[in-house]
Amino acid sequence: MNRTLYGNLIFELSKDGRRGYSLPINQFGDFELPAELRRGEDACLPECDELTVVRHYTNLSNNNFGVDTGFYPLGSCTMKYNPKINEEVAAMPQFQSIHPEQPAETTKGALALIECLEHALCQLTGLAHFTFKPYAGAHGELTGLMTIDNYHRSRGDVSRKKVIVPDSAHGTNPASAAVCGYEVVEVKSLADGTVDVDDLRRVVDEQGPEIAAMMMTNPNTLGLFEYRIPEIAEMIHGCGGLMYYDGANLNPMLGACRPGDMGFDVMHINLHKTFSTPHGGGGPGSGPVGVREGLQEFLPFVSPYNGNYAVMMKAYAYILSLGKEHIGMVGPLATLNANYVKESLKDVYELPIDSLCCHEFVFDGLKDKSTGVTTMDVAKRLLDYGYHAPTIYFPLLFHESLMIEPTENESKETLDGFVEVMRKIAEEAINDPDTVKTAPHDTPIGRVDDVLAAKHPVLTFKQLRDEQD
Amino acid sequence: MAKVIEGLFYSESHEYVRVDGEYGYVGITDYAQNALGNVVYVDMPDVDDEVQAGEEFGAVESVKAASDLISPVSGTVVEVNDALEDSPELVNQDAYANWIIKVQLSDTYETHNLMDAKAYQEFCESQH
Repeated sequence: MNRTLYGNLIFELSKDGRRGYSLPINQFGDFELPAELRRGEDACLPECDELTVVRHYTNLSNNNFGVDTGFYPLGSCTMKYNPKINEEVAAMPQFQSIHPEQPAETTKGALALIECLEHALCQLTGLAHFTFKPYAGAHGELTGLMTIDNYHRSRGDVSRKKVIVPDSAHGTNPASAAVCGYEVVEVKSLADGTVDVDDLRRVVDEQGPEIAAMMMTNPNTLGLFEYRIPEIAEMIHGCGGLMYYDGANLNPMLGACRPGDMGFDVMHINLHKTFSTPHGGGGPGSGPVGVREGLQEFLPFVSPYNGNYAVMMKAYAYILSLGKEHIGMVGPLATLNANYVKESLKDVYELPIDSLCCHEFVFDGLKDKSTGVTTMDVAKRLLDYGYHAPTIYFPLLFHESLMIEPTENESKETLDGFVEVMRKIAEEAINDPDTVKTAPHDTPIGRVDDVLAAKHPVLTFKQLRDEQD
Repeated sequence: MAKVIEGLFYSESHEYVRVDGEYGYVGITDYAQNALGNVVYVDMPDVDDEVQAGEEFGAVESVKAASDLISPVSGTVVEVNDALEDSPELVNQDAYANWIIKVQLSDTYETHNLMDAKAYQEFCESQH
């Protein structure tokens, strides 16, 4: 790696007047831009030759870490492999060059694919209808809650202003409920990590007529299956509310059970989690929303277009690649892999809830707390060994959360390699704690000062330059 | 072990109130600051805002997480600790000296719903 090209911002490599590109000759003759449309001062843009630009970004990309580079056990995110056949399918020119404003009769093939994908998702989830308009998971949550809101209003039932969310929920659930205008009521978890049904009963008894919905992930954020779900659904339906399923943890359910059969009425799916489309970097995402029969008329208008179409093609390619015979293995294998890693490490890492998990599980830091080595230190040390760190300090139920999700794609050899390194770090924490506490040592950038970064973020080159002046 | 001070009242969400006549100084406990890690921002209400026991009145953000602040008492905010705006790390240095808001209490009897030092100490020990 070239430290000059990697360690500097593209702005710092800039030389006044240098150009990497010649604009083509203006075919339209001279034209003076009106004065009010001209900038008063030059734009702050880097001036570099093409080769410097290419080397700078190639060096940056070489230091990127993705699921194609190595093991990426980022819990709650389901960083599963994106099969290359998905990309081939999405790049087919027949699909790639269509335009959303094209007359519908010229895009029948593309629309047929949406219908086929809808049919497949209905089969897999037990719901009756899906919309593909939402652009990501959180957009899907909002769309789903607006559907629920429309349903209650259509019945003249306007007093339902509350949404129940378990304390182990993903933060997007209370956020989406609040954006939709609902008040959030939290229910507690039991020591075994599942929803406290007695606490829920108390909430339903006291506030039943005000409850619009309950939002749940199942399995929950701790990777535990909410085994009392039929009872929970009955209680919520009994008070007139609807059940919302957050599809964030749908992966281990594929082939095992279906949200529709568990009593859920509305759900979203993150195609970029469960259906192997690319994930992270801000998109493109896709958060289709499914509803039970009779609710589709309440789906709100959230977009004139059908979401990120190429993402749908990739998801459909994944479903067809596995086929009906094999897609049911996704959930069981994701569950097997997570339990294998959990059982292989629980003697050296603190497992607060020792039970069978689904696709992911949470350690509460190292078992031996006397060394002062924290979850943050373990995560940083993993980078030295070439692994992406797991999710840390989430969920908030434990102080030193370390959340691991291997996904079904990983081989036993990969999992064994990860287990070996995790055990090695646990030993280092005892024998050589300073090495762990000051990690990473072998990455291009060492330990980042996250306190300074949070208190004084420098987000633009202009800000950096102004502060240096 | 987290520091607990005699004479203060504590909540299960790890806030304390130090009562001085008709006023209460509200902050987060040593246990809370330790669990949160380096505090990088304290979101405080405005003077004259009303706070309600058991209701959120602000938030503490650390490098690990953002947590709501839940008021242990009801009343009117008469002062906020401005020093925390530029130096939120004061909460880590001494959580009890660096209170977050000063409240004119609407009901001094409310503190009876809170834990004393001994009960809070036991509560913290039961958390782990």
